[in-house]
Amino acid sequence: MAVKIRVENYSFYFGAKPVLKNINLAINAKEIFSIIGPAHSGKTTLLRSINRMNDGAENSRRQGLIYLDGRDIHTFEKDVLRRRVGMIFATPVSLPGTIFNNVAYGPKLKGIKSRGKLRELVEKSLRAAYLWDEVKDRLSDLALRLSGGQQQRLCIARALAVEPEVLMMDEPCSGLDPISMAKIETALRQLKNEYTIILVTNNTKQAARIADWIAFFLSGELIELGTPEMLFTKPKDKRTDDYIAGRIG
Amino acid sequence: MKTNLPILRFQPIDFQRLVKIGLWIMTMITLLVLFFIIIFVVSKGIRVVNSEFLFGLPERMGKEGGILPTIIGTIYLTVLAIIIATPLGVGSAIYLTEYTKENIFTKIIRFGADCLAGIPSIIFGLFGFILFVIKFGLGWSIISGGLTLAFMILPTIIRTSEEAIRAVPLSYREVSTALGGSKWQTISQVVLPNAVPGILTGVILSIGRCIAETACVIFTAGSSLRIPTSLFDSSRTMAVHFYILTREGISMERAYGTAVILIISIILVNFLAYWIMYRFIRRKGGHGG
Repeated sequence: MAVKIRVENYSFYFGAKPVLKNINLAINAKEIFSIIGPAHSGKTTLLRSINRMNDGAENSRRQGLIYLDGRDIHTFEKDVLRRRVGMIFATPVSLPGTIFNNVAYGPKLKGIKSRGKLRELVEKSLRAAYLWDEVKDRLSDLALRLSGGQQQRLCIARALAVEPEVLMMDEPCSGLDPISMAKIETALRQLKNEYTIILVTNNTKQAARIADWIAFFLSGELIELGTPEMLFTKPKDKRTDDYIAGRIG
Repeated sequence: MKTNLPILRFQPIDFQRLVKIGLWIMTMITLLVLFFIIIFVVSKGIRVVNSEFLFGLPERMGKEGGILPTIIGTIYLTVLAIIIATPLGVGSAIYLTEYTKENIFTKIIRFGADCLAGIPSIIFGLFGFILFVIKFGLGWSIISGGLTLAFMILPTIIRTSEEAIRAVPLSYREVSTALGGSKWQTISQVVLPNAVPGILTGVILSIGRCIAETACVIFTAGSSLRIPTSLFDSSRTMAVHFYILTREGISMERAYGTAVILIISIILVNFLAYWIMYRFIRRKGGHGG
């Protein structure tokens, strides 16, 4: 299995405070790599380091390296890197405007102008995000009229439309009802065939259901890394056990 | 003690009613004053307003005839000032909010803009007179007046645009950057379109100020009553016309007639602007407004 992203001795500081402490991990291509852990354990900071959204954050400092396909991410142009590594945020943010224009936003930034090509990309992305059937007759409706779960799938479609290789999701199901969550999980299982997925989640059960690998983070440290079976049945570290059993976090 | 004094004990619900009545009275007073002014001006001036007054040329210094040149002068000066000040103001606001970190330098600029906004317009008029009319040799002209007005409204446009840009949620910017958008793409595609309603508010306020301005204009654009044919012609605005007609006792009736047109045009500008804003928000479904 090819390694898509490798994180080597990576630390990140805000001021003097370490938010990530010497992280080492490898993420395989076309798998779901889930990161679990309580609030303030550095999960989001790691995601934002991988697509360099933390670059230039005030008073911050990093150590160590992150590789995409064996190449240091800091040797990429930011926009090139971010097109290869898409990101979906915890709260679905649809930009003001129509459903169509939301999905077409990324491709337009890349300079794709042809209406036909855009239409094709929009349909393909909406289908992949399991939203097409619900919106195909009202692509010119305002995106803000969609429900929360639909908006989150719209955000996934929007990220897919730039044709990335890696999809990072920061708690994409927080605040969604179980049915919306199930739809997103179905989408993720399908997307795994084409994309590498990094899924940050507060929901350990969700990680158990769909992840190939799970990394448990606590206070900026990678405590344990393994398959769901390993972490859920025989965790090596007591803290992992405590977290999964709901005793901490 | 269990003795109740029901009159003295205010229940929250009574207090709520009292506050509501109080606020209603305040609103009514404001509206009354506004309507009083409008009715007063209209009742004194409406008699002279007809098509000949609107589209005719003034005779005997405005004692007779129409006010067409002053309407044209007002439009020219206002449009010119807005054309100059809007890009400058919005550009500065973008720079201040998106391209600089908050530091002593930006604080000084912001403080400067606030001070500038408080300077009496007659000072701007004097400044424009010295700089544009005399130093640059532009004379009393629409260009001198337009530039001076532009400087007068610049602080308002900068500050309102800044607020509007700041009000665009950070999450919109993050979405755009995460999709590979450059800083400028994010600003031009996401931030500015969503800040338009707020920016427009500042522009509308400024249009109102330009239309109503006298001190600033009389020193820089002069008070010629001919229809201007170029930017370098002197011109008289409606507000200046009103001022001269009353100040020199030429014709009170025609002064109030001019005031009626002045008020109507300001109301029209406001309606037009709100209509544009309303359409814009409906189309985008944005947070703005």
